[in-house]
Amino acid sequence: MPNMKVHIRFPEDKIKEPVIYQIGHEFKVVTNVRRADVRETTGWMDLELTGESTEIDRAIAGLRKKGVIVDPIELNVVE
Amino acid sequence: MAKMKALVCRECGKEYPTKAIHVCEMCFGPLEVKYNYEEIKKGISRKKIQDGPHSIWRYADLLPVEGPTFLGPHAGMTPLVRAKNLGAYLGLDELYIKNDTVNHPTLSFKDRVVAIAITRARELGFETIACASTGNLANSVAAHAAAAGMRAYVFIPGDLEAAKVLGNLIYKPNVVEVEGNYDDVNRLCSEIAGEHAWAFVNINIRPYYAEGSKTLAFETVEQLGWRTPDQVVIPMASGSLLTKIWKGLHEMKALGLVDDVRTKINGAQAEGCSPISTAFKAGRDFFKPVKPKTIAKSLAIGNPADGYYALKATAESKGAMDMVSDEEVVEGIKLLAQTEGIFAETAGGVTIGVLQKLVKQGTIKKSDVTVAYITGNGLKTQEAVTDAIGRPHRIQPSLVSFEQTFKIGKHGGGDV
Repeated sequence: MPNMKVHIRFPEDKIKEPVIYQIGHEFKVVTNVRRADVRETTGWMDLELTGESTEIDRAIAGLRKKGVIVDPIELNVVE
Repeated sequence: MAKMKALVCRECGKEYPTKAIHVCEMCFGPLEVKYNYEEIKKGISRKKIQDGPHSIWRYADLLPVEGPTFLGPHAGMTPLVRAKNLGAYLGLDELYIKNDTVNHPTLSFKDRVVAIAITRARELGFETIACASTGNLANSVAAHAAAAGMRAYVFIPGDLEAAKVLGNLIYKPNVVEVEGNYDDVNRLCSEIAGEHAWAFVNINIRPYYAEGSKTLAFETVEQLGWRTPDQVVIPMASGSLLTKIWKGLHEMKALGLVDDVRTKINGAQAEGCSPISTAFKAGRDFFKPVKPKTIAKSLAIGNPADGYYALKATAESKGAMDMVSDEEVVEGIKLLAQTEGIFAETAGGVTIGVLQKLVKQGTIKKSDVTVAYITGNGLKTQEAVTDAIGRPHRIQPSLVSFEQTFKIGKHGGGDV
């Protein structure tokens, strides 16, 4: 089953929202948080998404629509 | 026993074989090379290094390659210039410029890291080398691939300046201009690296590639007569260069090549892209990613992969970080050129600007042995200074016109 590793960031106003739960319900993907640091005003997670490729793409688009910033796990790779 | 023990996760410590992998499967943390220092210590000495080739490969014992064939044989051993004029201007007794504007073959410090990446890629059996870049890295990968006879793919954003595209095309790699912005190129390259068995120097070969920056620390120490400097000023993009210079200094101590490391590590960024320096000045151990907006494009990494580790190294060394405006970047370039005859790219302007600030603040003191790292050649970013350096003096083709313009009499003259 395809999977994708992403680094996501939450703006301050999204910190309290159960975004990962919502994504798991709205799309056919398994969400697996592997590393995270969530504080009062900022937060990030290293997340694994497993599912069909099209569902992973939809889930990432869904995360972005909710205001979450999605980057590759490597962060910036353009030097 | 081999000098490389394993790749190890910088977060959870899990070990992996020394293959083309870069992310920990357990916690998704970044991997780095773990060495067998006990074994290395048995064979390394100052004399052995001094007797080695005049390049980064004199430190091969501390680099993540098996050898004995090295690609990029002339990278490194750039001059450590005693900057007396700039030192006097800033009020420093002993200032040095580590001058990577003359690195071989593409005039930036990237020649160090790419020489290691391409050597390791060949050792791991890759035939294709690739990178995602907006400038110096692409140049270096394309040039090294040409010399090594390897296939190369260079991914660049669609809106890159013509001069930079040309600098890549001349080596005839496959230059892939991605229709999209920086983030699109970033995401695409991560996906391609996951799908194709290519050596992406700054993705799946990154644990090896990044180690090349240590040679800047090794050379500095050797060129100072086996002394560590009191202060160093390092430009920061991903933050990798700073963390590896710190690592390199401590490796030399661990191997008995220097007695002690008291070096304060100072990081430099441009105001328009200063996530790491901003976090440091705010006393935070984490950074907030930014959208870069600066003329120092080789440092314009808004979400730096090694930002956290750069903050940690600087704090451990009791160093500092600061940032400068684009105007100060241009002034820094001019100051270095006009005092030491070294034309640096914009990242060099950032380093000199921050050096100047740290001296003014009293963070760097008059008697401190200080090294500023100048990582790329000014000929690559001429557009940054075009409007700030004046025009030639236009005269008629006559002696009178010349002497009038320069107010030169029979016994001497002066500048205009």
